[in-house]
Amino acid sequence: MKPAVLTGEHFLTGDSACAEGALAAGCRFFAGYPITPATEIAEHMSKRLPEVGGVFIQMEDEMAAMAAVLGASCAGAKGMTATSGPGFSLMMENLGLGIAMETPCVVVNVQRAGPSTGLPTLGAQGDMMQARWGSHGHYEIIALAPASPQEIFFQTITAFNLSETYRLPVLIMADEVVGHLSERVLIPDPSKIRLESRPRPKGRKDRFRPFHPGANGVAPMANAGEGYMVHFTGLTHDERGYPVMTAEAHTEMVSRITGKIRANLDKIIQVEEYRLEDADVALISYGISSRSSYSAVDEARARGIKAGLLRLITVWPFPEEKIRELAGRVKCLITVELNLGQIHLEVQRCAAGMAPALLVGHAGGTVITPARILEEICGASRQ
Amino acid sequence: MDDSPTAKFKKEILITGLGGQGIILAGQVLGTAACIADHLESTLTQSYGPEARGGACSAQVIISNKQIHYPYVRSADIIVCMSQSGYDKYRHMLADDGILIIDQDMVRSAEGAGGGLFPIPATRIAEELGRKMMANIVMLGFVTSVTGVASLQGMLSSVSDSVPKGTQSTNIAAFNKGYDFGQALLKARQKKAAAKKGADS
Repeated sequence: MKPAVLTGEHFLTGDSACAEGALAAGCRFFAGYPITPATEIAEHMSKRLPEVGGVFIQMEDEMAAMAAVLGASCAGAKGMTATSGPGFSLMMENLGLGIAMETPCVVVNVQRAGPSTGLPTLGAQGDMMQARWGSHGHYEIIALAPASPQEIFFQTITAFNLSETYRLPVLIMADEVVGHLSERVLIPDPSKIRLESRPRPKGRKDRFRPFHPGANGVAPMANAGEGYMVHFTGLTHDERGYPVMTAEAHTEMVSRITGKIRANLDKIIQVEEYRLEDADVALISYGISSRSSYSAVDEARARGIKAGLLRLITVWPFPEEKIRELAGRVKCLITVELNLGQIHLEVQRCAAGMAPALLVGHAGGTVITPARILEEICGASRQ
Repeated sequence: MDDSPTAKFKKEILITGLGGQGIILAGQVLGTAACIADHLESTLTQSYGPEARGGACSAQVIISNKQIHYPYVRSADIIVCMSQSGYDKYRHMLADDGILIIDQDMVRSAEGAGGGLFPIPATRIAEELGRKMMANIVMLGFVTSVTGVASLQGMLSSVSDSVPKGTQSTNIAAFNKGYDFGQALLKARQKKAAAKKGADS
């Protein structure tokens, strides 16, 4: 067996760093179907998982891949899949099943430009609302947005920790550029990596109620096959996991699966502030677009314009409080993203007229340049 | 960050050619050498079409002693062209004082900039060594030699780490061929410049 944690300094693509992050997080199961620009994650896992005693399966399609990951998780494994837009669409139904069954796992979407087959080799950030609302029904989701290979390594670990702590699928919304970009990745010693695991049941196995929440609103999870009474279904169910077809049971279940996230927003949401202290113009960005935004902020500051950046590390749940606070003290908000306005709509909603909310975005296929953002900052600062 | 007192060093390098020539690997070797051996910041981005071989492709490497936010070339300090189509597509991105490096058998007509034009028959040299596919490694030796953008030791160890096992020694030989070709070219140019200076004075 080879080490699961490749401690040391590496020059890796975002896709490879994501795979190494998963292994460092204890992921020992990957099921997927190859798709540009996420294929290298599957390729990397197919080489590395057998080396560390894990299982890699190339499935017949993305629906099956998502189902296999849920199955592995119900049996106690940490499981992951990785895809891009078309595959992400196919995974939506079983993603909903994972939410209803409160099954921890990680789903990576290395975004390319859509809709449909779109531009397979070129990046976009057009699936951000799909990440939030792509599966049917009302639910909460956690989605992270990495901006570098180093960050995707750590975010993959974070994603597993959050999925285990709160028992739900966690999304990593990367993009083609971050997936294919190579950069320094420092992998720490395993003793420096904090890992969380799902709450586990205690007490009599025949009296176990698999959806009876613990103190933080999350129910302990028994592995299928270890003797506890478990019943999983996508139907609305009670604390025993048995279907109950009433509005009351539905309210109780949906309140639980949304409440466990809403009650822990301060523990889940992470943002990074860059030169925002005295900013007049605040950029809001994430993923590859945030890297252009850093450059634009520096270039605007060099021209005497007080610009700053709020980088979203967690995109869902949305950092509503932070945007409200920012809208109350800056002259203008500019969302920078590789779509025609998705997170922009959330920013507008939270700003609620306290500050104008503008957008720098396009449909994808090429990154947004610092020059384009700078132009918007200059325009906004003259208002 | 950018306003710290140490001087900022930044080089933007664009390597272009056809899919199958090992353009991305060349970028990988250079980026790794700068990052791991030379302890600088480096980024590698790649662009390619849906086809794996034959289509135009490019690797963009940024090397800096500061954090690199935007990982794309805006004004290239060095452009390396291993195909005519790559030259035609990317020549306009060369900085006014930039260095242009070409495979002279693959790029028929090339116009350099302030940093000079450096031609090498990299593909022919690789063919003479018995492996045409090592043209990218020959080219990396030449680039190291004439630009000094990464350290010689760093590049040698990066080549060894990046090529398939069992091919290290032939690849190192190819790298050295390119490096020596560059040293000879520089020497010849120095001699010529000295002779011209002597004639002028």
